[in-house]
Amino acid sequence: MSIRGRARSALPDALTEDDTVLIAVLLLCIGVLYFLIGGLQAFLADATIVNAAFQTFQSILFLSGVYAILALALNLHWGYTGLFNIGVAGFMAVGVYTMSILAGSPDGLPPGLGLPVPVAVLGGVLAAAIVGGIAALPALQLDADYFAIVTVGFSEIIRLTLLADTFSGTVTDPSSSQYNVVNLFGLEFGTGGGRGISTPIGNPLEFLFDGPLQPVGDVLVSVGDAIGIIPQVVEATTYTAFIVLLVLPAYYLLVQRVGYSPFGRVLKAIREDELVAQSLGKDTRLFKIKVFMLGSGLMGLAGILWYGTFGYVNPNTFRPLVTFYVFTALIVGGSGSNTGSVVGGAVFAALLLQGPRRLAGLINAGAQYSTGGSLPEPANFWVALTSLDPLAWLGYLVTQTPNLKFVFLGAVLVYLMQNRSEGLLGHRKETASSVDLSERPASTNEPGKPGGQAAATGGESDE
Amino acid sequence: MGVAESQADDGLRSYLRRPTVLLLAVACLYLLVDLVVKLAGITIALGSIHLIGGEIAVSNVVGFLMDGLILGLIIALAGVGLSMTYSILGFANFAHGDYLTAGAFSGWAAAYVVALFTLDGLDVTFGEIILLNAPSLVSAWASPFAVLVGFIVAAVVSVALVLGLDRIVYRPMRDKDGISLLIASIGVALALRYLIVFVWSPSTRGVTSTNPESLPSMDLFGIYTLNLHEAIMIVVAVGLMLGVHLLLQYTKLGKAMRAMSDNKALAQVTGIPTERVVRATWVIGGGLAGVAGFLIILERGVLSFNFGWRLLLFIFSGVILGGIGSVYGAIGGGIIIGVASRIALVWLPSGFPRVAAFGVMILVLLYRPAGLFGGVTTA
Repeated sequence: MSIRGRARSALPDALTEDDTVLIAVLLLCIGVLYFLIGGLQAFLADATIVNAAFQTFQSILFLSGVYAILALALNLHWGYTGLFNIGVAGFMAVGVYTMSILAGSPDGLPPGLGLPVPVAVLGGVLAAAIVGGIAALPALQLDADYFAIVTVGFSEIIRLTLLADTFSGTVTDPSSSQYNVVNLFGLEFGTGGGRGISTPIGNPLEFLFDGPLQPVGDVLVSVGDAIGIIPQVVEATTYTAFIVLLVLPAYYLLVQRVGYSPFGRVLKAIREDELVAQSLGKDTRLFKIKVFMLGSGLMGLAGILWYGTFGYVNPNTFRPLVTFYVFTALIVGGSGSNTGSVVGGAVFAALLLQGPRRLAGLINAGAQYSTGGSLPEPANFWVALTSLDPLAWLGYLVTQTPNLKFVFLGAVLVYLMQNRSEGLLGHRKETASSVDLSERPASTNEPGKPGGQAAATGGESDE
Repeated sequence: MGVAESQADDGLRSYLRRPTVLLLAVACLYLLVDLVVKLAGITIALGSIHLIGGEIAVSNVVGFLMDGLILGLIIALAGVGLSMTYSILGFANFAHGDYLTAGAFSGWAAAYVVALFTLDGLDVTFGEIILLNAPSLVSAWASPFAVLVGFIVAAVVSVALVLGLDRIVYRPMRDKDGISLLIASIGVALALRYLIVFVWSPSTRGVTSTNPESLPSMDLFGIYTLNLHEAIMIVVAVGLMLGVHLLLQYTKLGKAMRAMSDNKALAQVTGIPTERVVRATWVIGGGLAGVAGFLIILERGVLSFNFGWRLLLFIFSGVILGGIGSVYGAIGGGIIIGVASRIALVWLPSGFPRVAAFGVMILVLLYRPAGLFGGVTTA
């Protein structure tokens, strides 16, 4: 309590009282920081400053946004219900692939079903939810760590199945012995196997630039042009705005609403003590399956909104590492709190995911600016070590940042679990009861007032 | 299990389970009959619908079986250590796969250094040797001493590494719950794996040659060729597992370990130095992991930074299948997972051995959540 108190007193009141303000200020700070970093890097490298800075600004906000929505979806599983799901990547894969197959052109390679994009997106979310429901079945009787292993196994089964050549649909000639198009009651489709699959949805705000509202888009593009931002970056920014200003609040409100509903109170009761929830007459298995389906559907949608817009994915995008990223984001922010999920997603994207890369870029650009040449790049660890040249060491460290990033990530995970397992924001986990039981006035504990206690815990308003 | 099922509060579950048990039994029976019919080379079809059978050579099935057995021994050897740390420390250690990798890299680097000084006519710099950049230098036939030194170094380095990690990471967290420790171990796994990449680069390299010309091999009844490295792998793995069995059953330390995995508080009350037992567990588990990593690479011939991580889910499957906490379960489960993943190739296309192994694990968990040999914790 004291650490939290001290940290809180250092912040302005508005931040501590209003979570929306806190999130907005945090996102803005991260955005501005990256704007400056991007600009500085471009300045040192003698590139166009405004465009680079703005590009960095919008890409970090995009990453913050997608990690925040994934962390929110995971919070529903782990934070609220205590289901330790480390198969997030698998559900994202199901969403993205189902969407791509449904919306893909029937003449494409692999062939798709050619449905309209909104239907395909809905189908992807539903498929992720259904697969989530199936994955939840073992959860009904397993301990948390067994369940963790089952979910990561499940996500690997999904990835390996998508990767296999058997369903890839790359050989469309039925007379060939390698014919591998899936034929389900006359519907022909394929997953693309190791070649990947094209994702036929683009920016949902495309209509601003190429459609009835083109004048609006034209204005945006010309404004960008006036301050030196290229049209592609303007277009990407509109999508980032869509994620951060529309999708993120929608996820937040949905998860918040679920958490405060009678349904959510049962979830929290399952987390606290499943036996008690059962003895209160709740069929906890049904609740677990429902929440697992909801969360998996949200993960599928997040996958679609993220990877679905890249134009192309392959199964190896959905390695367990992606799951660990989302997990770290949730742990950083504090599981069990929705504001924490968003804060965690943003801090994770800015500090852990992009931070080391940006730092290495800055060092490189700085070295180039000050010395005119680039840092030495030793061929391997031994060459760097035995050169006894601090510049070579620095150069090797900089070239190795993509790997050292993971070492840093691992160290942060260990540090957080040892010292701050409740996350950055301190203890914010919502309790199962609808009122704060720890600050109940003494008078309600008096004997002779039997009704007071039951009403205070909100017991009868449950489903 | 039988007792648990008959309890009244489990009524719905056992009701649900019976028809599915029947279904599973029918499916297994079908696969068994199908295998026999396939071996006989008969195809039975109803019109255009393929019912049962097909064609497969006996040597193919024996090949699958032997490959599966070797993979199973690998999984079992690595699983013994994982199962021990699981039962005594109470968490699923996701860094175990990377202990294998660390053991393999350190052991093979040592073997290469020895080879540099013992083999004649090598024109490679020390840097290239220690970073394992010279292809397929060492084999148990040409340089047995290098392999022996590598084996010992792998064990020593991984024990030191595991003890160090326990001191820094896990010891301050002894009182935390299993999930916190699990997450911390994921952090350890990431850090360790990419530190290895930092030093040795992410490339996959061949360290030992497995081709029949350079390595003596034995013909088993004309249907399977077992080479020297595979034979060493099998002999050492079986020997180590036997050693663990003797340790657990006949030494004071083994008794203390079994007591701790059974009831930690009670063990502490009876005067067992729990912290020392934990350390001994790490020494044995980590040493086995390092040695297993070294042997796996001896058998496979190629070394990459993520082989341990890729194997980890297999190892978990084996350990879970056998029932966490039971060393004999880990051995049995590992062998079952290994064989199942290879035998599955009789029915499934080549992309699916891993899928089959994970599928078997999930199925077993659905039917027997405590594992096949669960309920009896031996250590």
